[in-house]
Amino acid sequence: MSEKNLELNLLTSARRAPQPRSAFLSRKTLLEILRQLILYIILIAGALPFLFPLIFMLSTSLKSKGEVLLVPIRWIPSQIIWGNYYEAMFGYLPLYWFMLNTLKVVLGSLVGDVLVCALVGYAFARLRAPGRDILFIIVLSTMMLPGQVVLVPTYILFRYLHLLNSLWSLILPNLLAGGAFFIFLFRQFFQTINPELGDAAKIDGCGLFGVFWRIYLPLSTPVLATVAIFSFFWNWNNFLWPLILIDAQDKFVLAVGLKLFQGAHTTEFPLLMAASVIALLPCLLLFFSAQKYFIQGVVVSGVKG
Amino acid sequence: MNRANGQTSLGWWRRPASREAAFFYLCVSPWIVGFILFTAGPMLASILISLTSWDFISSPTYVGLSNYQAMLNDELFFKSLKVTTTYTLLSVPLGLAGGLLIALLMNQNLKGITIFRTIYYLPSVIAGVAVALLWQWIFNPNYGMINGILGLVGIDGPKWIYTEDWVIPAFVIMSLWGVGASMIIYLAALQSVPTELYEAAALDGAGAARRFQSITLPMISPVIFFNLIIGIINSFQIFTSVYIMTQGGPNNGSLFFVLYIYRHAFQYFNIGYASALAWVLFIVIMLFTLFIFRFSKAWVYYEGAAR
Repeated sequence: MSEKNLELNLLTSARRAPQPRSAFLSRKTLLEILRQLILYIILIAGALPFLFPLIFMLSTSLKSKGEVLLVPIRWIPSQIIWGNYYEAMFGYLPLYWFMLNTLKVVLGSLVGDVLVCALVGYAFARLRAPGRDILFIIVLSTMMLPGQVVLVPTYILFRYLHLLNSLWSLILPNLLAGGAFFIFLFRQFFQTINPELGDAAKIDGCGLFGVFWRIYLPLSTPVLATVAIFSFFWNWNNFLWPLILIDAQDKFVLAVGLKLFQGAHTTEFPLLMAASVIALLPCLLLFFSAQKYFIQGVVVSGVKG
Repeated sequence: MNRANGQTSLGWWRRPASREAAFFYLCVSPWIVGFILFTAGPMLASILISLTSWDFISSPTYVGLSNYQAMLNDELFFKSLKVTTTYTLLSVPLGLAGGLLIALLMNQNLKGITIFRTIYYLPSVIAGVAVALLWQWIFNPNYGMINGILGLVGIDGPKWIYTEDWVIPAFVIMSLWGVGASMIIYLAALQSVPTELYEAAALDGAGAARRFQSITLPMISPVIFFNLIIGIINSFQIFTSVYIMTQGGPNNGSLFFVLYIYRHAFQYFNIGYASALAWVLFIVIMLFTLFIFRFSKAWVYYEGAAR
């Protein structure tokens, strides 16, 4: 590495104090290099416990049933068995079927979480009406309520509605704007949009709904993306509700299907890990392709909440 | 307020303010219906059910507060409270400190730091049954990852989730794997601390430790507070991982509170008792939260006071 390169690197790394343009490796630069070296060692050592479980999962999922029982652990399988994935996906208890059910729930809920919550959030942000603020306080307070309190009555309600064992029982609450957190996110975002834009559109003959649909919604891609991602994750991973509301095996979502899968393959660790990888893969892909929006959502909920 | 009124008196309907109010209620009507059906109604029903003895089949009989009284003689109730509280008292402070420590590391301006951020953050993104299956395998005493690694350095690891002494620490370790979520929130807070403050303090001769204590901690205290509240609420509601990994065992050593509610509701069909337990959970979480709010004024600093 040339001297100039090194200096450039250090310049970009130094956050506050600019580096003196001194001669070749002054004492200060040496200290800075040492500091960075130590930091890198800590960072790499710290990253191992976060990475190892994932590597362990992946490596187990590609091993034979015998090889997982070897001590010490073989991190790289002697023979890579892709068939584990095929068997998990299409074998006895086919995960693809549960996955399709999950997709139906996820997509149906997405409509509610994105469009309905956006409309409700817009109303709270920009429409004036008597009782609005009280209603919004109620929205916020529902975020605090632990779901377990309404577990039993909700079960009874769906039984009464003949919606037990129907995927609609998982979608309907979301279609009725059940995601209070999303309403909150949308309201916060819409409040940052200049209201004059809406007023101008009204003068140009835009209706009340048109202002929301043509002005506010198109300006809200960041928050729409954030809500869509969160909605996907929550509904994909949701376990307690489908466990209670759905009994028929052909209606199982992936989370409950995995529990069944676990029961059928108790000690077949490669199959169990292949199933876990399959279940986690969509979330990981989504995370990597939309990391920015994902982190934005986490941060907004934390810093402004 | 509703449309029918507006249409009968044309003058009222033509006023833009009234139209806006009517449109507001039209927009929020899905939420109102959902709130009544899935929150307010069930809450009310839950209170009433908790005052009955019911098994879903026969008709419920009113028993007053005896479900709540029965808890006082229920050993498992106290055990599940103890299990949940122990887990909370271990995992929440460790998560808070660990998350902050990692965030401080991530706040260093190093080449490739974003790769590390992703690595540390990644585990907190994934959740649910698949993660529980993974950790059940990791904690396998004979072939699992942890005892495999401990074995390399000559340590004979414990039986983790298969022994009562280690099952709670095992769940705490698992929770720490997801520390990235709070790390990201800390990181955002750290980056919003104005650099002038540090420069001024450095000019006044404050060392790194002093700057951390007098600037960083007060400036990010609202976020610590937020992470504390969220951490407590989440750890009191842990269910999926326990249900998959231990079903509350061994010897009810991981009988977390929500699992206990689930057992009474959907395995023993003691609906009244389960509802009463759920309300006790709600009250316990509320008390914890109120307690923290009460003492937050002493250590949480809000810039510009009114927010």
